Amino acid sequence: MHQPSPQCPIFPEILFSNLRPGIGATTLPTTTSLLHKVCNKPHHRTVHVPDGFINAPTSAVTGLVAAGALAVSLRGARRELDERTAPLAGLVAAFIFAVQMLNFPVAAGTSGHLLGGALAAILVGPYTGVLCVSVVLLMQGLLFADGGLTALGVNITVMAVVTTVVAHAVLRGLVKLLPRGHRTVTAASFTAALVSVPAAAVAFTLLYAVGGTTEVAIGKVATAMVGVHVLIGIGEAAITALTVGAVIAVRPDLVYGARGLQQRLKLRVNGELVDAPAASRPEPAPVASRSHHKLWITGLVTSLVLAGFVSFYASASPDGLEKVAHDHGIDKAEKEHRYADSPLADYGVKDVSDARLSGGLAGVIGVGATVAAGSGVFWVVRRRRTAAEAVEAAPSSQAL
Amino acid sequence: MTASPASPASPASPASLEVSGLAFAYPDGHQALFGVDFGIGRGERVALLGPNGAGKTTLVLHLNGILGGGTGTVRVAGLPVGKKHLAEIRQKVGIVFQDPDDQLFMPTVREDVAFGPAAAGLKGPELEARVVAALERVGMREFADRPPHHLSFGQRRRVAVATVLVMEPEILVLDEPSSNLDPASRRELADILRSLDVTVLMVTHDLPYALELCPRSLILSDGVIAADGPTGELLADDALMRAHRLELPFGFDPRSVTMGA
Amino acid sequence: MGAGHTHRLYRHGHSPVHALPPHTKLAAVFAFVVVVVSTPREAMWAFALYAVLLAAVASVARVPAGFLLKRLLIEVPFVAFAVLMPFVAEGERVDVLGLSLSLNGLWGAWNVLAKGTLGVAASVLLAATTELRELLLGLQRLKLPPLLVQIASFMIRYGDVITDEMRRMRIARESRGFEARGIRHWGVLAKSAGALFIRSYERGERVHLAMVSRGYAGSMPVIDEVTASRAQWSYALTLPCAALVVCLLGWTL
Repeated sequence: MHQPSPQCPIFPEILFSNLRPGIGATTLPTTTSLLHKVCNKPHHRTVHVPDGFINAPTSAVTGLVAAGALAVSLRGARRELDERTAPLAGLVAAFIFAVQMLNFPVAAGTSGHLLGGALAAILVGPYTGVLCVSVVLLMQGLLFADGGLTALGVNITVMAVVTTVVAHAVLRGLVKLLPRGHRTVTAASFTAALVSVPAAAVAFTLLYAVGGTTEVAIGKVATAMVGVHVLIGIGEAAITALTVGAVIAVRPDLVYGARGLQQRLKLRVNGELVDAPAASRPEPAPVASRSHHKLWITGLVTSLVLAGFVSFYASASPDGLEKVAHDHGIDKAEKEHRYADSPLADYGVKDVSDARLSGGLAGVIGVGATVAAGSGVFWVVRRRRTAAEAVEAAPSSQAL
Repeated sequence: MTASPASPASPASPASLEVSGLAFAYPDGHQALFGVDFGIGRGERVALLGPNGAGKTTLVLHLNGILGGGTGTVRVAGLPVGKKHLAEIRQKVGIVFQDPDDQLFMPTVREDVAFGPAAAGLKGPELEARVVAALERVGMREFADRPPHHLSFGQRRRVAVATVLVMEPEILVLDEPSSNLDPASRRELADILRSLDVTVLMVTHDLPYALELCPRSLILSDGVIAADGPTGELLADDALMRAHRLELPFGFDPRSVTMGA
Repeated sequence: MGAGHTHRLYRHGHSPVHALPPHTKLAAVFAFVVVVVSTPREAMWAFALYAVLLAAVASVARVPAGFLLKRLLIEVPFVAFAVLMPFVAEGERVDVLGLSLSLNGLWGAWNVLAKGTLGVAASVLLAATTELRELLLGLQRLKLPPLLVQIASFMIRYGDVITDEMRRMRIARESRGFEARGIRHWGVLAKSAGALFIRSYERGERVHLAMVSRGYAGSMPVIDEVTASRAQWSYALTLPCAALVVCLLGWTL
């Protein structure tokens, strides 16, 4: 499920008895207990897609998609930040990691926290944003066993790529359409974050439709996912917009999404860096390629959304809708429900008997073929450009 | 480290650092340096004093070519700082930044110390030997495999010094070396600095520390060198000190301090 | 994250598993999980065998069962989800104790539960026996793009530093009597988050300066490299190979 929701945190989750109201309960906590809270809480609430949720072939293909997206992002980030990429993206990843642990109390006993995809996209741009969130996911998977290793591609695609790219596209679009100004950026950030969360849910639903391991009406999945995630998205949007607003108030030059809004004093770009805001972030050449990229992104998003809705209408039955709505209505705060809705469908056959043969063969062949193809592609790409290869591909080629 | 291709300049070893006519404005138009001139001979220990905003950091960033593009020249051991010799210059000028957390960016102490020489192409046992030697000079050898985050502040600062010493620099530039150190760490660092056989330029607000370690001081004020002389004399000149917003700690009288070894 | 974190799963030790080069372990765990995921869910015995395999690894690694099980409990919230599957899924239904359950959903629940749990267990074993630094070296050795590995290592290096800054900001807030109780306080929290971003970004810039000052020109020097002998590889790959045999049996039987 949860996938998107996995991280999704933002909202309601009942904090079980041991967790008190949001941040610091009434008594002054000691340093260690604070640290404890900071460190521990989030992890229990962040659930990424586990192994076995999406079947092997789909996971493999999604892994390749994630790898491709990472390759593109690596190149894009390098183009924007040149040799500052590693330290800056690393620090921003550490920031995302930390800020996901910041609790935003909602009301008695519940609190939410950021997913961070949209925030990353707005603050540091889509390329660096994808890298940062992906690295956070990768490390969570390896260090905390958060999210299945075979589902890493799914997690990265949905949480890092879709969220970030959608947020960026929405932000860009709105900033262009609306009157220029810092308020606009804040408002656009709200919308971008709001849209990005359900978009991730839709992406997950599509993946589930293709490669989910249990058969459930895709309509139900879609409704449930989108419904819950719109709620989650509202929280995410509020926090994101407030945070972006706070940064803009102090260092507007650091906000990628606000670039070009202010007329910087004439910048003499003199070779050496330093004074990062000025020297390093002039609206760079990649404008052209970015718009190209944007076209591509827009196409992707449109098709994702279309596919989501089409399948939704195609298969949703009134009962299904009602039932899910009912489920949700009861207590969306409860964890179980998040799970309940998200997961579900699978049109991938699995009819026991022939599943063995057809599914099995398909699985083995699919995994083999994608891994082989992936390795091949990466081999070629890597020869040409060491910097641009992607995650996943290497490990998988080694593994098999 | 890497043999310098050509040591131009005079056969007699040139001064470690020569700065002449250095002026610089940031891209936003703010001018920080207005013609700075000074030289530091090989093996000297010099303090650079000055109020906040005097341009000290800007000056330091010119010494290894991170900032540039203004007028004037900086020469390190006779070599002009500029694009052409950047790698060599950065090996010769070792800057220890104020926050050791910024300086120690690798996962372990050993790797951090190895970073500079490794970037210059050193590897294998030679690299290892250099790292060990540098850590020994700051008394941190047994901490080699620790992550920097697990060290105390004073230890981190010492490791930061090692990361620069390992490059065998011509000149060691320290930005506020005594800040945030407890008295014991402060003294330990002083002992280490005194034991080193390199040219030192120390940017500091800690006047007693400057007096203790540096026979000579420069006062940078409003982007120019306002005074240059023996540390004791400068600190004892009340009018000069007041003019440049420099204040001695309460009860500290530079005249009463006898400079030992 | 990062070093010193209460949350890290690493357990110090000197077992043969600890001693294996990290990239062989990464590859082995990854291959193992792939095999598990590719196993037909109807072959229930196969999953039992996988669990036995992992238990064997745990005992060689001297990771106590209690530790492993505790981690599993904490990290398996999707159990809750799995439980719901039989109620929601489509298809033929059966009555169990008066509840109408979907057969397919039952299989689905079992599938997720078994594979997910095995996946978490395998990851926990990896994390428990491999140091942070080693994990990074392993990823580097497995040809993950170097830039990505660098970003990860900076994240790990500074994760604690940033988390610490966040903690200090909170203490500062609370020292001045602020306590976030509800949505109306989000603005203040978001300001902290914004400040944290600015500090992180500026630190990134300073770190970059420090790197450049020591000769960095865009690529990290390789200081440590891990290598594995044929014997170590074959030792590490015993796990996925054994699992593969089980898997193939699962498909044919």
